[in-house]
Amino acid sequence: MGTDTRVILICSGKGGVGKTTLTANLGISLARQGLSTAVLDADFGLRNLDLLLGLENRIVYTAQEVLEEECRLDQALVKHKQESNLSLLPAGNPRMLDWLKPDDMKRIVGMLSEQFNYVLIDCPAGVEDGFKNAVAASKEAIVVTNPEVSAVRDADRVIGLLNTNEIKPVQLVLNRVRPKMMASQEMLSINDVTDILALPLLGLVLEDEQVIVSTNRGEPLTLNSVNSPAAKCYLNIAKRLQGEDIPLIDPSKETNGFGAKFRRLMQTKIF
Amino acid sequence: MTLRDIINKLLRRQPASASTARERLQLVLAHDRSDLSTELLDQMRREILDVVAKYVEIDMEEGAVSLETEDRMTALVANLPIKRTLNGQIKLIEPPNQANENSQEADKTIQSS
Repeated sequence: MGTDTRVILICSGKGGVGKTTLTANLGISLARQGLSTAVLDADFGLRNLDLLLGLENRIVYTAQEVLEEECRLDQALVKHKQESNLSLLPAGNPRMLDWLKPDDMKRIVGMLSEQFNYVLIDCPAGVEDGFKNAVAASKEAIVVTNPEVSAVRDADRVIGLLNTNEIKPVQLVLNRVRPKMMASQEMLSINDVTDILALPLLGLVLEDEQVIVSTNRGEPLTLNSVNSPAAKCYLNIAKRLQGEDIPLIDPSKETNGFGAKFRRLMQTKIF
Repeated sequence: MTLRDIINKLLRRQPASASTARERLQLVLAHDRSDLSTELLDQMRREILDVVAKYVEIDMEEGAVSLETEDRMTALVANLPIKRTLNGQIKLIEPPNQANENSQEADKTIQSS
């Protein structure tokens, strides 16, 4: 730990593409692999990571009280009920908006690095102060995007800023992939997105209705649903982070039957 | 081009929306990454054409200056077709006083990052 700690920023630019869901599920998956993991909700204005992890009622202190020495770090950390290797730290209180500076973020991440293998920072949407604070404390980054024009455009903007801040490596997660729409070429393909953004693909996550069910319950998919397509994707991403060589899912293989074969035929490149 | 694209073309249907999305994104990102507005780009295009037209006769209608992006690199690409005489030579414009020099370039590419 200490210098070996991986501090990973999870960002997207655009809101609603699945940053927080990815953070929660990666946190659980890494903890499952026996790695002590802290998830830091850097979005103190509109914090939601506590809700997705089902920990919203257990927050007493935030990073703010730790920095002001009103409490110790271990008092502010909220341990996950089922997965004791995972802890949540909210950056601050929605009522206090202006107090956090890049240096505060660095200090708090420095403290977390002393006792965790992984620190995952859930970045706020946008490219303003909240983003700058989160970037200042990060070493590497995962950019989450959807195969949609607005999400890809915003991701490109964020990638530019990460490059300027010398964050390395920056990897891509393509979220909410719909194999049927990709097969009929009504959705940007995996190659389209990776070509445009010129980032290595850490993984893709299939569109899955169970994500909504899991957020309703406050239990991330990776906690129990083994049969969920998205959960499998999240687990694979966590394993790849750990250096395991897990092949990417081929979305065209996810649809079966005559219709899928016909769509594949239609996709054949003639020239 | 895929089989679907050909069928769509034959039936005069709209192309699948993914290719439209890709093209629109490439264009908008080239501009986002360069901070060049369309007006500035258009002004630059006209000035580049004017300069080249001083030396060789070019097809003003066909000339295109655009931003292209690949692998996060943006290039300013000027494609200026030069008119040729019947015997295949490049049409040069006679400067008022001095003798002119030969230019063999068919198109010019200016690289920028």
